[in-house]
Amino acid sequence: MKNKKQIDFSGALSSIFAILIGLLVGLIVLLLCNSKQAVPGFMMILTGSLTHGLKGIGQVFYYATPIILTGLSVGFAFKTGLFNIGASGQFIVGGFGAVFVGIMCKNLGGVHWIVALAASVVFGAVWGFVPGFLKAHFNVNEVIASIMMNYIGMYAVNWTVKGYKPLFNNLRNESNTVAVTAQIPKMGFDKIFPGSSVNGGFLIAIVVIILIYLLLNKTTFGYELKAVGFNKDASKYAGINEKKSIILSMTIAGAISGLAGGLLYLAGTGKHIEIVDTLASEGFSGISVALLGVCHPIGILFAGIFIAYLTAGGFYLQLFEFSTEIIDIIIAVIIYFSAFALIVKTMIAKTRQRKEIKKEQEGGKKA
Amino acid sequence: MDYVIEMLNITKEFPGIIANDNITLQLEKGEIHALLGENGAGKSTLMSVLFGMYQPEKGTIKVKGKEVQIKGPLDANDLGIGMVHQHFKLVHNFTVLQNIVLGIEDTKHGILRMEDARKKVVALSEKYSLLVDPDALISDITVGMQQRVEILKMLYRDNDILIFDEPTAVLTPQEIDELMQIMRDLKAEGKSILFITHKLNEIKAVADRCSVLRRGKYIGTVNVEDTDKEAMSEMMVGRKVNLTVDKGEAKPTDVVLEVENLTVKATREGHTKNLVNDVSFKVRKGEIVCIAGIDGNGQTELVHAITGLDSISDGKVILNGEDVSKKSIRYKNTHGMSHIPEDRHKHGLVLDYNLAYNLVLQQYFEKEFNNHGFIRNDKVNEYADLLIEQFDIRSGQGKETITRSMSGGNQQKAIVAREIKKNPDVMLAVQPTRGLDVGAIEYIHRQLVKQRDEGCAILLVSLELEEVMNLSDRILVIFEGSIVADLNPKEVTVQELGLYMAGAMQDKTHALQGTAHAKQDKQEEGAQDEK
Repeated sequence: MKNKKQIDFSGALSSIFAILIGLLVGLIVLLLCNSKQAVPGFMMILTGSLTHGLKGIGQVFYYATPIILTGLSVGFAFKTGLFNIGASGQFIVGGFGAVFVGIMCKNLGGVHWIVALAASVVFGAVWGFVPGFLKAHFNVNEVIASIMMNYIGMYAVNWTVKGYKPLFNNLRNESNTVAVTAQIPKMGFDKIFPGSSVNGGFLIAIVVIILIYLLLNKTTFGYELKAVGFNKDASKYAGINEKKSIILSMTIAGAISGLAGGLLYLAGTGKHIEIVDTLASEGFSGISVALLGVCHPIGILFAGIFIAYLTAGGFYLQLFEFSTEIIDIIIAVIIYFSAFALIVKTMIAKTRQRKEIKKEQEGGKKA
Repeated sequence: MDYVIEMLNITKEFPGIIANDNITLQLEKGEIHALLGENGAGKSTLMSVLFGMYQPEKGTIKVKGKEVQIKGPLDANDLGIGMVHQHFKLVHNFTVLQNIVLGIEDTKHGILRMEDARKKVVALSEKYSLLVDPDALISDITVGMQQRVEILKMLYRDNDILIFDEPTAVLTPQEIDELMQIMRDLKAEGKSILFITHKLNEIKAVADRCSVLRRGKYIGTVNVEDTDKEAMSEMMVGRKVNLTVDKGEAKPTDVVLEVENLTVKATREGHTKNLVNDVSFKVRKGEIVCIAGIDGNGQTELVHAITGLDSISDGKVILNGEDVSKKSIRYKNTHGMSHIPEDRHKHGLVLDYNLAYNLVLQQYFEKEFNNHGFIRNDKVNEYADLLIEQFDIRSGQGKETITRSMSGGNQQKAIVAREIKKNPDVMLAVQPTRGLDVGAIEYIHRQLVKQRDEGCAILLVSLELEEVMNLSDRILVIFEGSIVADLNPKEVTVQELGLYMAGAMQDKTHALQGTAHAKQDKQEEGAQDEK
């Protein structure tokens, strides 16, 4: 057990290292742009989210909800040896499923939002299933297949929303607002964080995090998925149906991303599916979150909150005549350095071992 | 004394392990010096240090009396040190000549000039009677010939210190004899040879002196002439080792595994020859049947077809009287079939899982370890501790050790433990001792014999003739996908077996014998029924 704790610790350390370097680079960028305003601007990035007290913190949780889940989707697939770059497509298709049920099925009453969320999960799962199926049976690289699914998803959603009258608000070129019954309940969050947009979705995200953690680490199903991810041949030798595992793994990853879309578009905060030709950025933020959280469910939870925190703080940068894109640069640098996490990890491990050897030698001398 | 290489007091540490602890190795000019040691004794690390792949923490290297800093293989090459790796480094769709000059091509105005190179290669080939055709494609020549190409590569670069890393692992007995002769010729020409091995016979045959490593430590250097095999193996392992397998008469009873007219067709385009061609045999309880053959004659495909890793084109596999040809791998796994796979890294282990998880690789779903879909880690750990204890699997952190960091011998022990503990009816052991040291080989052989005596049917696939002769109760020789002989190890010599394996002899009566066996089986079955 001791060893396990140490490993987790070094993973977190390397992420923190990446964050520090990222912030430092952010400060340098700020200095280059406008040296007078740089320091207050930088402080704003760090503390901006807190300026409105509890409301601000609530906002952070609200922003964090979808990217925690897309991050989990990517991280989960990665743990099982697959790179799910299709979170974006799964996210928008899942969102569409939720919006469709939210608008069309108005007589469901109290379970309306649950059905709508379920639809988002199913839609996302289908979008994950396709690359998984192609990978398992035709050995098509899941990265390529899911990139294609991203575009198919985006255009299919645009086309359907635009083409189907009840869904489309042609004044604003976006989807209509979902029924009030389809909105995610606040689950008490409005009382804790008055005035913010956070809702029960955050709680759902945490529950999913816990479920995936249990699935990966405590179940025989997780054992199979990880075994296939580590070594397909040995899994086949052990009698595991490796094709089924790959398909299920991608399907689950898709379902999580789909749920992320559902939670965002059912939040009741005026967020609609816009008819634009860009892939949903939440999907790609998911990759960042997964990397920063070293693909560990708990790490992903904190990484998601952290990135949301920076993003929220970044909105206030405009007060200092900086553009909010600086936040994106900082996040990008952080991700860049979390890719170096491995190097940092081994560095930490090495120094630790050296210390241990020294200790042993000293112990030996004493003995 | 003139030393061409002196590695003095070399110490190389890796996190958590001292791979080389104060090792001294001195190679005299014009000698064949064997480097003997178990797996994980530090032989490869020492060679990597010599080739500059690792920098030692302590110690110095002297080449021809001068202290040198070796920073990489190119430095080593400049000092005249060359190596034949265990796994050859050849480009398969290049010719012999192209492979030899690769990296030091002669050019004129940027255009390749091969004439001089060809002359030199032909001359060298003749001088050492290597009989290599410079224009043959590597993919068309035998493994033995490929090894000679590797030797030519070193000679072409004018290396005079030659290192052979376990060169005989892939060769037939005849090829081994020829290699030994080549090594003697090289020595006569004044080359110095370092010969890494753990086969004592070969050391006895060619080496002048032998240095022994054990667990990273230098044990000593002996004159081969004055030392017998037992003494050397004792130095290597640290205790007395029984070099022959102790086993009583086999008492075979019921047929457990039956293979009928099994055929596996080639899947690669342009290949029409069957990989496994109409193979039939039976394995009975309490006997060890060995499939002997040179690597690549269909053994792998045969085993994969039996276990289900690859599909069968034609024929049947019958396990305990039930046709399992179309059953899943899991079905066979749970119905009495155990399989020690040929490639322990590819098939045998999930290297990134810890030891405990690997020990339940085929049982994690069973009631014992599975509580409504949740894995019972406490039971898994308990079971792992039991196996680690019982089979003496050694690792850094016990059951928590990631198997990737374990030594080859202990990885293999883990697989053997897992497969034996399943109490199988039939055990397919494919090269179960490949790359292992004497101690581990002895251990695994004893386990297999013990299994046999407890009534398990064992199908052994081996490339090691010694293993085949020592262990088996019946030998089936496979050549180009067909079984060409069914032999009794007591009545056949190693030389004859070698000829069968090379396809030079065919057991004409085999077909008849096959039917004779079948008849005998029927009679036996009848006799048992009467009982």
